[in-house]
Amino acid sequence: MNLIQQMPAILIGMPLIAAFLTPIIDRVNKKIRNGFVIVVLILEEIFMITLAWHVFTNGIAIYTMGASNPSIVPLQAAVPIRIVLEIDGMSAFMGLISATVCLAAGIYSISFIKEGNGKGKYYTLLLIMLVGMLGMEFTGDLFNLFVFLEILSITSCALIAYRNWYGDAVEGAFKYMVVSNIAALFVLFAIGLLYSRYDLLNIAAISKIMEYGSLEKIALVLLVSAFAMKCGAVPMHFWAPDSYTVAPAPITAILVSASQASLYALFRTCFSLYGNLMDYHSIGIVLILFGLLSMFIGVTMALPQKDIKRLMAYHAVSQTGYMLLGVGVGLYLLGSSNFNTYGVKAMEGGIFHIINHAMYKGLLFLTAGAIFYRLKTRNLNEMGGLAHTMKFTSIFFIIGALAIAGIPPFNGFASKLLIYEACYKVNPILSIIAMLVSILTLASFVKVFHSAFMGPKLHDVEEAPKSLLIGMGILTFVIILFGLFPGWVVNNIVHPAVTALANRIDYINAVMGG
Amino acid sequence: MLHTTGGYWDAVAWIVAFIVIAVVVYIIRGLGRRDFRKDSAEPFFSGVELPTEKTHVKASNIYWGFTDSLKGYYSIMKKMHDGIINNYIAWFIAISVLLFFVVFLPEVIP
Repeated sequence: MNLIQQMPAILIGMPLIAAFLTPIIDRVNKKIRNGFVIVVLILEEIFMITLAWHVFTNGIAIYTMGASNPSIVPLQAAVPIRIVLEIDGMSAFMGLISATVCLAAGIYSISFIKEGNGKGKYYTLLLIMLVGMLGMEFTGDLFNLFVFLEILSITSCALIAYRNWYGDAVEGAFKYMVVSNIAALFVLFAIGLLYSRYDLLNIAAISKIMEYGSLEKIALVLLVSAFAMKCGAVPMHFWAPDSYTVAPAPITAILVSASQASLYALFRTCFSLYGNLMDYHSIGIVLILFGLLSMFIGVTMALPQKDIKRLMAYHAVSQTGYMLLGVGVGLYLLGSSNFNTYGVKAMEGGIFHIINHAMYKGLLFLTAGAIFYRLKTRNLNEMGGLAHTMKFTSIFFIIGALAIAGIPPFNGFASKLLIYEACYKVNPILSIIAMLVSILTLASFVKVFHSAFMGPKLHDVEEAPKSLLIGMGILTFVIILFGLFPGWVVNNIVHPAVTALANRIDYINAVMGG
Repeated sequence: MLHTTGGYWDAVAWIVAFIVIAVVVYIIRGLGRRDFRKDSAEPFFSGVELPTEKTHVKASNIYWGFTDSLKGYYSIMKKMHDGIINNYIAWFIAISVLLFFVVFLPEVIP
């Protein structure tokens, strides 16, 4: 058996099986349960890196469920049968983000989540959350996309409400549930429309024969608005600060990646399902407008916040704007002569920003969690002087804050530079707004650093426990690595993702042949 | 090295330049007064001795001027972010309707 060939199924199946074994091991021994979950997450990371490298060097990987040769899709009258996983550069790129953030969050949770509060169930849900994200990113089937979206939403909702002894946690989870359900209904309705029209659910197969009629336009609107809401684009972002704030810190870090899985679904819909069939100028402008609004409203709402996690949640909305702007510019230029110059670079910036954001925003949420772990408050007014005792946490925070503000030599600078320069060629106003937002982001994190870490020693607290530091350390390592070698990352990880997204024909041919 | 639309970015070269500049700044700093006392930089409040914890500027007091000068904008934003889930969904529906216009308008007005 070729292990690489089986890797897509293993990556989804392994955490799913582990999730159901976790409560059983939890009954036996808590330490073995922790070790088991971490080993599974480490294996996921290793397998994901292996699969990603295989995809980046050899092209799209196909896995057909239940087929004797999973790399070949059985076709019957030009209709692909069985569930197909299609992992191209973009899917592999997103998988790397999900696996890395879950590993850091899993290790962080060892000390952060106290025993006696259903920690076994917590880890079960965390593993299923990973299944949901990877499933959304790997599937080549629209209905499976819906199923994994639901799996992700339900587990996220349960984990947001994990600390159900706080009223606001339940409220945040309720809001997340309502929003997710309505978005999922929109997605299901759109899938139903496409299925009624083509008798197909496979993305590549629908894309191959799609005609851009009224029904397809309705489906496009439903899919774009649902995924835009799920990724937290302004003005459909309101749920994000409410939910991110109240979830346990490691779950908030994963929620950022979960939102990015919806962003991936939005990009997959625009580029692979519809591509140049639709009016990509109009949809590109829509994404650019979503991006500009998200950047500006996100950062201006972050500035006056007093709750450290709510402030960071608004920044998550703001940073999503950069990704929408970069990829929106790419979509706007799709098919034009400028696409290969500015369009590709803008998309590289936007896609590179996805992984950068997952790392530094994940890190920042984890530092906020470390502060909460010691002080039992999220209120910045009650903090001060933490750098006296929480030295490592302070350093991790500084690195995360500089990265999000786009200060060189950290990774945020590299992706923002690509976005600034490429967008400037399209319209200088776009770059000016993006730079202004970066300045406001820096100002906002200066405020957090001053009020939480600087000043006289106000609290007699110790440094965060080791598992918290290791979790934060993993993300810091990636931030520094990506900051020092952005050229290598863009050439070997980001560019294949952009190429995969832009080449709709390759995506179709990998399943349908030709 | 990262190639951008307008040129390139080399993080390692930037770090080398940063270290060189930091060394130069450190040397210049070394030329300053040696009789500097740490207590001379403590907060001064008309000669009144302040308790240490009172010298820390709280988060609410930072950027108050910024938010005050933009209070018109922030009052609109606060109304939008009212925490009511019905309104969240209303925004979602409104944006979906707008998207319908964007997608179908070229059909109506060629």
